[in-house]
Amino acid sequence: MSEATANDVASHDGVAGLVDDWSADKQTYHVPWGKAMMWIFLVSDTFIFSCFLISYLNVRITTTQPWPPQSEIFALSFGGDPIPLILIAIMTFVLITSSGTMALAVNMGYRKDKVKTFWLMCATAAFGVMFVSMQAFEWTKLIVDEGVRPWGNPFGAPQFGSAFFMITGFHGLHVSAGVIYLLWVAFRVKRGYYDNKGFEIVEIAGLYWHFVDLVWVFIFAFFYLL
Amino acid sequence: MSSEAGQQHPLGIYYKVWILLFVLSGFSYAVDFFDVQGAMRWTLVILFMLLKAGFIISVFMHAMWERMALVFTILGPPIVLLLFIGFLAVEGDYVQENRFQYRGHDRDAVALGPDDLHGEEEAH
Repeated sequence: MSEATANDVASHDGVAGLVDDWSADKQTYHVPWGKAMMWIFLVSDTFIFSCFLISYLNVRITTTQPWPPQSEIFALSFGGDPIPLILIAIMTFVLITSSGTMALAVNMGYRKDKVKTFWLMCATAAFGVMFVSMQAFEWTKLIVDEGVRPWGNPFGAPQFGSAFFMITGFHGLHVSAGVIYLLWVAFRVKRGYYDNKGFEIVEIAGLYWHFVDLVWVFIFAFFYLL
Repeated sequence: MSSEAGQQHPLGIYYKVWILLFVLSGFSYAVDFFDVQGAMRWTLVILFMLLKAGFIISVFMHAMWERMALVFTILGPPIVLLLFIGFLAVEGDYVQENRFQYRGHDRDAVALGPDDLHGEEEAH
């Protein structure tokens, strides 16, 4: 950020600023390098998830077998009649809750409130663990009770299994990695590692976590609802 | 705008967006719960999805406060994917139609749900 002020670059906003930032022999992105790199990583990760979701779209359109009814398959019964898709709805709410606590952690980080940042990040990680546990439960139910396999299932189109395991598996992997990353940063915050460096790292970790939530928004819509 | 102190904003906007995300997810779930089907289902699910994605990117990920140079770098490349999605949707329809017409696949196959498969054992 100090380079930004020294170069007097932030003179324009909007389109004029866009032209300014790109049109001279100077730094283009006026953010800490770690944040720019995280954004570049997230754009590339967007393409990885897009590969999965677009292949899913393609096999779902081309298959001549009927697509299994997700709403019934992911239903869960709490004693009474099965409630459609309830597990996925709870997982969605858990992930949104974690996104909210992460956003607050970033804010507290910039206020240099280390205690609150630490605990909010721990809460975020805890919600992440909760999410992955529910996903493990869902996988177990599908594999053991329903007999869904990557190459086939009793309900309809065999592509359902491969798309499901690939997409949710890769997302779950991202959540698990995010939990480790968040705890790592949280403990460093607590130890005072960033006292002199600044707390941008919390925002960078937050970007990753919000991205994981963002991917879930698309998975929830395209895989579970449509 | 981003300043020396980084992305610092009043807490109110985070709480508002947080609540909004819950409400929009609730709406998405309601679409399934009340079994809305057809074009209405697609419209509603995609609308709520785009709204949620927009709020997460712009507020939680601070894109609305970033300079346009960074925002375009983030949003530009994924937009190209829309073209790819369009191509594959058209091509997919063509492949499916070929399979029906020339490979003898059954047009009237019906999907089975968990209840159809082991409904009787759960009835006990």
